[in-house]
Amino acid sequence: MIEDLILKLKKEIIEELNVENITPEEIDSEAPLFGEGLGLDSIDALELVVLLDKNYGIKIQASKEGRKIFRSVRTIAEYILEHQKK
Amino acid sequence: MKLQDHRVLLNGIVEHASEADSVDALFRSVYRYYHIDYPKFFKMDNLCKLAFLSAEILLQGTDALQKYPGEQIGIILENASSSLEFDRKHQESIRDRNQYFPSPSVFVYTIPNIMVAEIAIRHKMKGENTVFISERFDPELIYHYVSELFRNQRVSCCLSGWVECYGDHYQSFLFIIEQEDKIKEFKGLQEYVILNTLNVEKLLEGKPR
Amino acid sequence: MKGIEDGVSDIILDFPILSQHMVDVFVGASNTITSLGFSTARHVEQIKANQIGISIYPGGNLCPTAVPLSLVDNRQLLDLFQKYLSKTKPDLQLDLFTRSEMLHILSIADVLKRSAVDITDSRTLIILSTLKGNMDLLEKDRLPAIELDRVYLWKWGEFLGSFFNSSNKPLVVSNACISGLLAILIGSRLIKAGRYDHVIAAGGDILTEFAVSGFQSFQSLSPKPCKPFDAARDGLSLGEGCGTIVLSRNHSLCGIPEKIVVAGGSCTNDAHHISGPLRTGESFYVAICTALREASLDPLDIDYISAHGTGTDYYDETEAKALSWVGLERVPVNSFKGYFGHTLGAAGIIESALAIASMRNNELFRSAGFENPGTSQHIHILTDHAVKEVNHCLKTASGFGGCNAAVVFKKI
Repeated sequence: MIEDLILKLKKEIIEELNVENITPEEIDSEAPLFGEGLGLDSIDALELVVLLDKNYGIKIQASKEGRKIFRSVRTIAEYILEHQKK
Repeated sequence: MKLQDHRVLLNGIVEHASEADSVDALFRSVYRYYHIDYPKFFKMDNLCKLAFLSAEILLQGTDALQKYPGEQIGIILENASSSLEFDRKHQESIRDRNQYFPSPSVFVYTIPNIMVAEIAIRHKMKGENTVFISERFDPELIYHYVSELFRNQRVSCCLSGWVECYGDHYQSFLFIIEQEDKIKEFKGLQEYVILNTLNVEKLLEGKPR
Repeated sequence: MKGIEDGVSDIILDFPILSQHMVDVFVGASNTITSLGFSTARHVEQIKANQIGISIYPGGNLCPTAVPLSLVDNRQLLDLFQKYLSKTKPDLQLDLFTRSEMLHILSIADVLKRSAVDITDSRTLIILSTLKGNMDLLEKDRLPAIELDRVYLWKWGEFLGSFFNSSNKPLVVSNACISGLLAILIGSRLIKAGRYDHVIAAGGDILTEFAVSGFQSFQSLSPKPCKPFDAARDGLSLGEGCGTIVLSRNHSLCGIPEKIVVAGGSCTNDAHHISGPLRTGESFYVAICTALREASLDPLDIDYISAHGTGTDYYDETEAKALSWVGLERVPVNSFKGYFGHTLGAAGIIESALAIASMRNNELFRSAGFENPGTSQHIHILTDHAVKEVNHCLKTASGFGGCNAAVVFKKI
């Protein structure tokens, strides 16, 4: 179940964050998203906040909670499963 | 350099002509043609893509970056539409209160000076930077303003020109401005033209939008 | 001869060597319009009385949820503009003008009343600074009497210029939040270059859903009125407004008895990130040092700093670092944004006008919203209004796109 969500998230990240030259399968679910790995930046973090709101109905504060939640694709998926509204 | 009508001109020579059927496809084809490797390119709006590509091509045709430290290089650009394309995109994203998801990666491109920032970041140009908005390219403004920046030693070199992109309409021409007494120190000059009050209009013929 | 038509890349500038005599560029009469009022004098009154113009907007057209904003009194704006129009151009209707245009016209008109610069003179240039001009024209309920193409900033500028019968097309600067300060700097440079003798620098931005939603998407708006440099700061407060100031090589036309000049200035780029500042403060530091050097001043010569101070975490921290690095940590500093928010394209001009008011009256104002130091480098934030002789003032600004600007004003 979580693996389906992880794959979905990878596709959404590539689409919404304009990540080029990488397929969803090539993204490591456990790898850090920021700094290394995909090398996302502060605007990407804010865009992930919008993504969580738009696609999953979850609102978060990037500055307070973002670092923990967005550490990897897996941590995002876990957060969504915990907090998604019915 | 000049990018217009699907052709890239550098120092008077057509370097690349594209068959692309859209502005998006054109910019991709130019990006690939020049073997550029810069993933952030794909996050940019078309105005910034055009500015970025134009600067990239221009700098391949001059040795300005080797001659001057980044702190001494300025970027003074003009355009007519500001960032109107992404302004509309942002406005559209807030049109419906039931689908209200303004995006930071769109909003950041709703000011025209980001096109200067993208060039500055890529090439580490840290000097004077300004965007003027005008209906047509205003060479007299550039002439007087950059002269004053040189006279006051605010910069030693300036990347300047016109970068306009709105929908299907795009046009850019960029050039490097240097001081005559400075360039005499360096060998191996690219072809250059003197810009002065007599020929400024003729040399930099402003094009209507 | 090959030209830009052919894509020529290298242009050598051949400019005349100006005489050694340095042109002084005097600052003169000013106008400021924000939630606090419609003149610089009124702003000074309100600030002295510790009036804060930021209040909670309950939610509505500008934003679906409640948010602190600083809004110009719209009823008063319309009333003043209608009166002005009836007196000066009675054949024109109110609905021909956008809100941005009304603000700019009133602001410029006020300055023209207080100074003797002829706005129609061929040696006078209007410089306009704005981020979004008439962006409200993109909204679905826009007024039909106004052509949509006035959303183009050059067209907006032309409209304003022809309203005042200016001989030259206004110059339009759109460079994020440093636009206003840049307009003053550019104006002084063009006067020094001998191209013009006088500049009317006017800058403004209206609040729109466009702007509020955009800053919301950056999560950069505080849920309370902003607290620049404070330990509890958590974001900026958006404001709208317009400011105008006269610059001239001829002091007798300026409209103020004091001789205050634009002594130096600089604009730099972080070359780091498109929205976040370079947190070492290096580029900001260079801008300030360059401005001081041009003004032939040492850091300790500065009597007062009007900072950018928005109330955001990183920008305030970066600015404090830069000021401290230059050696300005003991110079009294304030941000005006605690009084009327961040007025975007107007900020640099409104805040410069108020800084110059401080110079004229030799009085400093407390930095509204500040209670406890909240930056890693200590700077001397004003916690009370104060009386002080101010001969040299530094004004700073920074903005999206990594731009930084610093200008030094000097009494001579």
